[in-house]
Amino acid sequence: MKPILTITNLHKHFGGVKAINDFSVTLEKGKIYGLIGPNGAGKTTIFNTITGIYDPTMGNIALNGESIVGKAPYEISNLGIARTFQNIRLFGNLSVLDNVIIACHVDAKYGLFEAMTKFGRFKKNEEDIKEKCLKLLQFVGLEEMRDDIAGALPYGHQRKLEIARALATNPDLLLLDEPAAGMNEKESEELVRFIQNIHENFDLTILLIEHHMDFVMSLCDEIAVLNFGSTIFMGSPAEVKSNPAVIEAYLGGEDDA
Amino acid sequence: MSGYVEGVIILVCINVIAVLGVSILTGFTRLFSFGNAGFMAIGAYASAILTTKYGAPFPVALVVGPIIAAIAALGLGKLTLKLKGDYFLITTLGFGESIRLLFLFAEPITGGARGLSGIPPKTTLFIAIGITVLAFLGAWNFLRSKYGRNLMAIREQEIAAEAVGIDTAKFKEYSFMISAAYAGMAGALLAHYYMFISPIMFNLPKSAELTITVVIGGLGSLSGSVLATILLTVLPEVFRSAAEYRMLLYGLAVVVIIVLKPSGLMGYREFSLRPIFKLYERIFKKNDPTQTKGDGK
Repeated sequence: MKPILTITNLHKHFGGVKAINDFSVTLEKGKIYGLIGPNGAGKTTIFNTITGIYDPTMGNIALNGESIVGKAPYEISNLGIARTFQNIRLFGNLSVLDNVIIACHVDAKYGLFEAMTKFGRFKKNEEDIKEKCLKLLQFVGLEEMRDDIAGALPYGHQRKLEIARALATNPDLLLLDEPAAGMNEKESEELVRFIQNIHENFDLTILLIEHHMDFVMSLCDEIAVLNFGSTIFMGSPAEVKSNPAVIEAYLGGEDDA
Repeated sequence: MSGYVEGVIILVCINVIAVLGVSILTGFTRLFSFGNAGFMAIGAYASAILTTKYGAPFPVALVVGPIIAAIAALGLGKLTLKLKGDYFLITTLGFGESIRLLFLFAEPITGGARGLSGIPPKTTLFIAIGITVLAFLGAWNFLRSKYGRNLMAIREQEIAAEAVGIDTAKFKEYSFMISAAYAGMAGALLAHYYMFISPIMFNLPKSAELTITVVIGGLGSLSGSVLATILLTVLPEVFRSAAEYRMLLYGLAVVVIIVLKPSGLMGYREFSLRPIFKLYERIFKKNDPTQTKGDGK
């Protein structure tokens, strides 16, 4: 299998705090990966470093073999990495449909003059984009709410909209930061099927952060366990469950496994 | 039409054009500027110098004025757009005042405090209205294209805008340049309407007036900005005797609106006749038995 993302010896320090301390991972195309670890283990920092919000202190991140270190967040998005946020970041005052349409700006090939006069490619581009977005909304089950204000949606729908918006950028790699946060057991079971569905339909590699153990275990092909910014174990869900180091660091005092 | 009414309409048009630019910048990108009168000054002086000293035709001056203003915005934006909200605001304030002083001291070219006179009266009612309509339609379409949507994404949630691949720095620059070009156009029309310009016409209160108009009209409503401009330009004309208290009234209006309706008169909505029709229907069909169910809601 070809690797899509290769992270080698990644470090991110904030002053004296080593948020990521020698983290390495290789993601193969088409798999679903989980990133777990106790609070403060550096999971979201890894996401922020991959997506260019932070520059790594040391180490390398390569997408399809090419280094993306030092690139701006928007460049990394255009290279095919999309993400959602732990604390949902929607365009709150805009409609559900507009939230998704905004993410399709790369599909709009028209220039400034065409935009101001509606000449040329403008109409065709806009129609194609709208069609694509309506399909996406239908796929995530939000097409009935397309004219609603995004910020007024119920929490679960906001999560789905954020995923739809990420999908609209045509990503190869999707990073989900705690997609099941705040959901009960039934909702998170539904979310497992939802993400599997996305994974099959959009030809994606997925890397997700999650605390719900059942959720990660039933969804992921491979799981990296993080503690104090370094990987303490990486393997299949069954291996993770039975590894003593993982149980001690993470599962030990927590709910189950 | 009397010359007086014509004059008021031309003034409304000029103000509308300048306010449209501020609306794109402040209403849709949430970048506050207290320097747009500076861009008006650049457009006014550039076009007036072209027509008076170099005998350039008016249409050329109308194109060159806004372009020079936009180039100035590009330069200033490169330096300052990376700053966070309040700090950016301060730099625009400084810029506006510097431009005014620059024109004040560059006496051989600009006439200094005595102003620049003898500008040909080229801004007719027809030209003013025509350009205003074009400017409005251009802004309207712009905001409903990927450009406007990207600006609104920056306004709503800058980190998420970057995360969906929007080059936020570039689009903020676009917004700033377009806003400056609109101000430059307004300045060029103003110069060729008054036939005389002096630096004091483009002072800080003028910049503040433009931004205040957008706040009153609604941060995120193009039609709201136009309505507010008409209101704020025509009212002082009607109440000529109280015109000196205009800025006092502006201040009060802003305080009242920020307290009662922080998103401005129109909020994020655009003006449409539909609510009026709906109201009319409700009154008109009150006695219609099929409507009673709907009225109970």
